[in-house]
Amino acid sequence: MNAIIPNQYAMPDVEGRFGPYGGRFVAETLMPLVLELNQAYEACKADPTFQAELDDYLTHYVGRPSPLYLAQRLTDHYEAANIWFKRDELNHTGAHKINNCMGQILLAMRMGKKRIIAETGAGQHGVATATVCARFGLQCVVYMGAADVQRQSPNVFRMKLLGAEVIPVTSGRGTLKDAMNEAMRDWVTNVEDTYYLIGTAAGPHPYPAMVRDFQSVIGRETRVQMLARREKLPDACVAAIGGGSNAIGLFHPFIEDAGVRLIGIEAAGRGLDGPDHAASLQGGRPGVLHGNRTYLLQDDDGQILEGHSISAGLDYPGIGPEHAWLKDLGRAEYRAATDAEALEAFQLCSKLEGIIPALEPSHALARIGEIAHEVGKGGDVVLNMCGRGDKDIFAVAQHLGVEL
Amino acid sequence: MTTARIDARFASLKAEGRAGFVAYVMAGDPTRDQALEILRGLPAAGADIIELGFPFSDPMAEGPPIQRAALRGLKAGLTLKGTLDLARAFRDGDADTPLILMGYLNPIESYGHEAFARDAAAAGVDGVIVVDCPPEEADPLTDALDAAEVSLIRLATPTSDDARLELIARRTSGFVYYVSVAGVTGVKEAQSASVAPAVERVRKASGLPVAVGFGVKTPERAAEIARVADAVVAGSVLVDEVAAALEAGTSPVTAVLARVQALGDAVRGARVTETV
Repeated sequence: MNAIIPNQYAMPDVEGRFGPYGGRFVAETLMPLVLELNQAYEACKADPTFQAELDDYLTHYVGRPSPLYLAQRLTDHYEAANIWFKRDELNHTGAHKINNCMGQILLAMRMGKKRIIAETGAGQHGVATATVCARFGLQCVVYMGAADVQRQSPNVFRMKLLGAEVIPVTSGRGTLKDAMNEAMRDWVTNVEDTYYLIGTAAGPHPYPAMVRDFQSVIGRETRVQMLARREKLPDACVAAIGGGSNAIGLFHPFIEDAGVRLIGIEAAGRGLDGPDHAASLQGGRPGVLHGNRTYLLQDDDGQILEGHSISAGLDYPGIGPEHAWLKDLGRAEYRAATDAEALEAFQLCSKLEGIIPALEPSHALARIGEIAHEVGKGGDVVLNMCGRGDKDIFAVAQHLGVEL
Repeated sequence: MTTARIDARFASLKAEGRAGFVAYVMAGDPTRDQALEILRGLPAAGADIIELGFPFSDPMAEGPPIQRAALRGLKAGLTLKGTLDLARAFRDGDADTPLILMGYLNPIESYGHEAFARDAAAAGVDGVIVVDCPPEEADPLTDALDAAEVSLIRLATPTSDDARLELIARRTSGFVYYVSVAGVTGVKEAQSASVAPAVERVRKASGLPVAVGFGVKTPERAAEIARVADAVVAGSVLVDEVAAALEAGTSPVTAVLARVQALGDAVRGARVTETV
C-alpha cells in the first residue's frame, strides 16, 4: 500500500469524502458497481503483485520514469527561478493519461470485465484507453462530444486505428461533460460486463482517489529526481487543471511538505469576468455532478453551464473533489490563464525549448514566468508538461490564422 | 401531514383491488401553461399519482425522450422554483392526487435543502425522488424533508441485493419505485417474469407499496405489470407524445391525456381478468 500512497495525508475518508466534497452521487443501479469497484481497488492496493505488474508495464510499455528537465532557455528568458519540466509528454501516447489507464485496465482485468468504456475531451484519454485495450485485447467504446470530434480529428483517427469504437455525442453542446453523461448512461445499461475507465480524478468514489493514486507516479518521480539533482524539494509545483488529474498526480506526494507551493492553473477561456471560461474553482460554486460534490460552473438554478476553453481537455464545468478541498484548505493555490495567454506560451515554449506543448500545459506555461519571479532566482519550479502538442497544431494554426 | 395523501391513495387502490397508474410529465414541457393544463387533466384521464419531473441540464439516468423533455422544460424557463409554483397551481385545484417531484440533486442543492423542503411542502408536494442521491448520501436531504413531512421516495433496481434493499428501505416512506431494468429511462423493456419476484422482495424489505417503472410503453405492458405491482409508472411514452404533437402541430395536451387514458384503462382492467 505504501507503494501507492507514500505519505500520511489520509484523504478521502471511507465514504470517499474530501471534507464536504467527493462522495458517491450515482443512480441506485450503479451503487453496487461502485462499491464493488472500491473493494476490488482496495484489494489491488494491498496486493504487491498488482503494483509490481503495473510498475513493469509503466517501465517497459509507457516509458517511465519520465525525465525531469531543466528548461534553461525559458529560465534565462524570465531571469528568475529555475524552471523544470516533468516530461510526461514523452510517455507512450504523448500525455500523462496513460499512467491512469494502465492502472485501471489491470484492475478491470482482475475484475473479469471484458468491455471498456471511456469519455474523452481532447482525445488524449480516449487514445490512452484505446491503447491499453488494444494491448490487452479488450473491447473499447469511447464517448466523445461531437464538437470535440471535429476539433480533435487526428485523435479520433488514432482511436479507430487502435480498434476502438468512437461514438460522437450530440446532446448538450457536444463536449466533455456530455460525453461523460453518455458514458454513465452506457454503464448503467451494461452493468454486467462493462468497466467505466474514467480519465480524470473526478466521479464517484473511488475514482478520484484511484485516479490520483495512479497519477501520483508523476509526483513521486519528481520528488526523487529533484532530490537527486538539487538535494532539495522544489519550491513550487505547477500544473494545468481541467478535471485535475495531472495536477493532483504531481501535487499529491508533496501535500505534506509545507515548503512546496502547489499551484493549479485553470482555463480562463475568454476571461474570468465573462461566461466563456472553464475555471470551476475560481468562477464556480459547490454542487453535485457526475457522482461527486465539487465546485461547478452553474447558474442560479443549479443548471450546469458549458465550460469554454481553447483546449478541449480543459473545458469541463467541474473539477476533481480533492482540488476543491485543497482550495478550501488553502493548501493549493489556483490561478487561471486565458486562451490568448496559452497560445502565446505555446509558441514561446516551442521556440525556446524545442518542445511543442499541448494546449493544456500551455496554460500552466502562461503563468510560469510570474511564479518563477515569485519564487526568485536560485529557486526551483516544476511544471508538469502533461502532454505534447502534436494533436493541437491544426487548432493552433487556425487560431493564428495560418492555413495548413 | 402531506405523506398521508400517498398512503390514502394506496389504501383506496387496495380497497378497489387494483394497481394504480403513475403518470410522469416534465415541468414546463412544452410551456408552463400547457404543462399546467396537462397536470390538471391527468387525474380525470386516469392518473392515480403524478410524478412531475423538474428539468436538469445533465440527466444522466435518462434516455433520449426525457432528456429532450428536460431541454424543452429548460427552454421554457422552468427552474426548480418555477416547478414548485406549477405544483402549487395544480394543488390549488386538486386536494387528493399525490404529487411527487422527480429529478436530480444539484438544483435542490442550489436551492438549499431546508428551503426546498419547506417550499415543496407548502406547494402541496407529497414526495420527492432524487435520482442521483443514493441512501449513502441522502441523510442531509432526508432530515430536511422529514422536518417538512415530505417523503423521500427511494429507488430499488435489479442490481439491489437484500442488504441494499434494507438500506434503501431505511428512512423512506410512501412507496418504493422499482426500476425494472438496468438502464436509462424509456429504452429497454424488463423481462416480465423477473418483475413479480422483484416486487415481492422490495415489498417485503420495505413494507411499502411498490411502483414499477422504466420501459412501460404499451397498454399491454402496463396491464402485465399491473397484475403484480402496486402501481405502474409511465413517463418516456408520455413526454414523447409532447414531442410528436409539437412536430405535427397538434395539441400536446390532448395527445398526452389520450395516452394516459389508454394506459390508465389498461391498468384498471388488468386484474379483472385475473382468476386467482
